[in-house]
Amino acid sequence: MNPELQGRVFPPVAPYLVGREKVREFSRAVFATNPINHDPEAARAAGHADVVAPPTFAVVVQEATLAQLLAEPDGGIDFTRVVHGDQRFSYTRPIVAGDELTATLAVTSIKTLGGHSMLTAESTIVDQTGGHVVTAISTLVVRGDE
Amino acid sequence: MTPASSIRSVADLEVGSVVAEASFLLTRDSLVHYAGASGDFNPIHYRDDIAQSVGLSGVLAHGMLTMGLAVQPVVDWAGDPARVIDYQVRFTRPVFVDATNGATVTVVAKVGAIETESGVARIDLTVTFNGSTVLGKAQARVNLA
Repeated sequence: MNPELQGRVFPPVAPYLVGREKVREFSRAVFATNPINHDPEAARAAGHADVVAPPTFAVVVQEATLAQLLAEPDGGIDFTRVVHGDQRFSYTRPIVAGDELTATLAVTSIKTLGGHSMLTAESTIVDQTGGHVVTAISTLVVRGDE
Repeated sequence: MTPASSIRSVADLEVGSVVAEASFLLTRDSLVHYAGASGDFNPIHYRDDIAQSVGLSGVLAHGMLTMGLAVQPVVDWAGDPARVIDYQVRFTRPVFVDATNGATVTVVAKVGAIETESGVARIDLTVTFNGSTVLGKAQARVNLA
């Protein structure tokens, strides 16, 4: 892995439009049964504009930024050796159907431990007004040669 | 009507008390469903031969699937998914999903800390498969204000 990746900020990825059926599909996949995840009426009654995505839905929006990182020509990251170490989501407000979200990735830390490298990437996700929605933080472990 | 939680504030909580418990049966179908819903089509989550070629004993669940389901008992306790304002985990052990019998993942959610001024509770999750924890430092911050 190229240590010069540390501090690199990538261009924003194409906006992601959050669809109601996608929120429902993702909700079913993570065993989310709360009516606020599925039923617009229940969501509105709780004060939301539309169905609310589960807390880990932001990974779907973040994914394009991690693809960008792994494809970086000088990154030197061997995808076949990457293991997901840690994941975090920090929300300013929940993701709801109808949001158009734009994610921007920054590499905030690179560490080497033994033969392994650990890279922390933060994807900052904003809505169509530029307001912060959620930051998705991943630590990827790249295993060294055996 | 609002499906509000019976918990009204952090004042009702006690550090260490269990707020939710649940078990989830994951099958290969669950993994295929999650792959489609999330867009994570890494074949180690649906092909034993490929999982074995990289030194695994077989197909394992997506870490993000385990993370995603583990917070659901907390969502149901809090009454609204929007109340989970921060959620983090460390992936420490794989969840192998047997083709015939699946895999049962259990979740116990306890109050880890109370932030009285902001009305936020930190809920700590113990997530277990086959007698071992599979997530480390699994913590959800829940806004009950």
